Amino acid sequence: MSTDSETYTSTYESSDPYGGNSPEGEGRVFTVGGGDWDDVVDAVDPDTSERIVVNMGPQHPSTHGVLRLVLELEGETVTQIRPVIGYLHTGIEKNMEYRNWVQAVTFITRCDYLSPLFNETTYCLGVERLLGIEDQIPERVNVLRVLVLELQRISSHLVWLATGGMEIGAITMMLLGFREREKILLILEMITGLRMNHAYIRPGGVAQDMPPGAVDAIREFIPDMYKRIDEYEDLLSANPIWLARLSGVGYLDTSSCMQLGVTGPLLRASGFAWDLRKEMPVMGYETYDFNVVTESAGDCYARYLVRINEMRESLKIVEQALDRLRPGPTMVEDKKIAWPAQLALGSDGLGNSLDHIRTIMGTSMEALIHHFKLVTEGFRVPAGQAYVPIESPRGELGAHVVSDGGTRPHRVHLRDPSFVNLQAVPAVSEGGMISDVVAAVASIDPVMGGVDR
Amino acid sequence: MTSSDGGETRRDIFGATGSGDTSGFGGLVVRAPRLLSSPKPYGGWFDEATGALESAYPNFDGVIERVVVHRGELTLHVKREAIADVCKTLRDDPALRFEMCSGVSGVDYLDDPTGRRLHAVYHLLSMTFRRRLRLEVSVTAEDPHIPSVTAVYPTANWHERETWDFFGIVFDGHPALTRIEMPDDWPGHPQRKDYPLGGVPVEYKGATVPPPDERRSYA
Repeated sequence: MSTDSETYTSTYESSDPYGGNSPEGEGRVFTVGGGDWDDVVDAVDPDTSERIVVNMGPQHPSTHGVLRLVLELEGETVTQIRPVIGYLHTGIEKNMEYRNWVQAVTFITRCDYLSPLFNETTYCLGVERLLGIEDQIPERVNVLRVLVLELQRISSHLVWLATGGMEIGAITMMLLGFREREKILLILEMITGLRMNHAYIRPGGVAQDMPPGAVDAIREFIPDMYKRIDEYEDLLSANPIWLARLSGVGYLDTSSCMQLGVTGPLLRASGFAWDLRKEMPVMGYETYDFNVVTESAGDCYARYLVRINEMRESLKIVEQALDRLRPGPTMVEDKKIAWPAQLALGSDGLGNSLDHIRTIMGTSMEALIHHFKLVTEGFRVPAGQAYVPIESPRGELGAHVVSDGGTRPHRVHLRDPSFVNLQAVPAVSEGGMISDVVAAVASIDPVMGGVDR
Repeated sequence: MTSSDGGETRRDIFGATGSGDTSGFGGLVVRAPRLLSSPKPYGGWFDEATGALESAYPNFDGVIERVVVHRGELTLHVKREAIADVCKTLRDDPALRFEMCSGVSGVDYLDDPTGRRLHAVYHLLSMTFRRRLRLEVSVTAEDPHIPSVTAVYPTANWHERETWDFFGIVFDGHPALTRIEMPDDWPGHPQRKDYPLGGVPVEYKGATVPPPDERRSYA
């Protein structure tokens, strides 16, 4: 066995389909047939020897779901990163075009699965604008919507804190975060009937009123949650490992955010106090007393601080919303739009109220026909298009709702903040270490259900 | 199906035109009139903004096909060759300052009377003035080319890829116009109205429910 360079061959000019060296290919591939390994290594061009292309994901525990990152590494330094999405595409937008306006709520709620109520709300606000009933939404509906939205914002930030913490080694945070989130899910289950994908917000109002006991449960939860947030801060904010992994990592300044369309905690962590709840409020957000949390560092640690403090602000809004809950209708007056079902809890779970069915079937044929038409055919929405974005836990979330005057959406497009913010992955990761990619991607808080829809 | 601003005569479940139903339910719907173009004044800040665009963009009348104000939202229908220039003016002019592009989405109006069925819809946001504006560009399916706005709004990169993926609108000048949600080798553009939804019949309690796009349609 000789040790000269003839024992291994470079496939530089070979026809090997896997080892070809096209400009966009994988670079020089060596087939080693024996000899001394040092000789092989010496023959490798030192400029390119350290370059490796690594596929991270789509099934990787630290990529927040089925996100695939194609990394080009120079040693441990990331020289290029390319996010690849689409692994969770389920055709939600296309499916909505084949359901009526109310049924579509049950689809759009499944986009961003950490903030389903936000998806429903922006869609319903768009439909309500097209129907021209924005001014007829009862006060109680707006308060209930704000109440559940802010509770969900806390739960979404908790999942971010839990999974983000786990990804950089803070397993305790994982357990704590999911523990408190579970309490919020119990409250939301009490109010809406489901832990996730609630389909609670409907065009014209909400599906049902608050059940007895829910207000007390929330009031009990609030002081507890304040205490827990303090605990998280005690655990993390001055933790040397947490600081070393987050501060100065994943930097993104305001102008980059603007160019890349990045909104939400990332934009606020770069020092720009842009929050749609304050700047372009809907549902009466302008009447609540809360602060827009900002930080100026623009790194992962600043985003952590923004989210932690936003949870406190959300609790403030929840408290105020509870104080404002006055008895009243939870649907618009217009019976041509308002969902007719009166729900009641039966032995087999939540369903149509038997009293209501007895009334319409026994006493009023018109009411029965009306109920039937509204449920099977659905209401018509005047032709036009609307876009009413709201501030979701991840930034500007808006549904572009298009109607052709029929009983089904002509087109619904969800402008999901995760989708847009994910474009910033190269900007926050390139030039850093591979370990920082994990922290940087986690700090963007992408939810793949919303990205791929 | 009609265009976004049009109301056309529809048929009821039983084939009757007009409302056609006995409950009086459908008859109570107020159909929006066909808004070919909204008359001036548009109201609110719309006059100010369109005026500012007119003075900042001299060829305003040549490239803005129509201005639609509907439900408190302003839509400018732009000729495709001018979309990037109009965006640049909207972004840079001190009286307009639409710094952020919220997104680009496609809409397919299959029966558009002009034949330009594929629409690209741009939502712009002015953070300075807290205003939103919608731009709409329409092209035919045979010549679905629109200049890319990625040079003006880099954030439009993925949105344009998505619109290409789902509607087959080609954004000329895009740095890498590839599919983003569907697999790379996917045939067709699934969000077009002539692309079937698909699905299989589902049996439930002895009866068979047909796939969604084969169910009885009310609209």
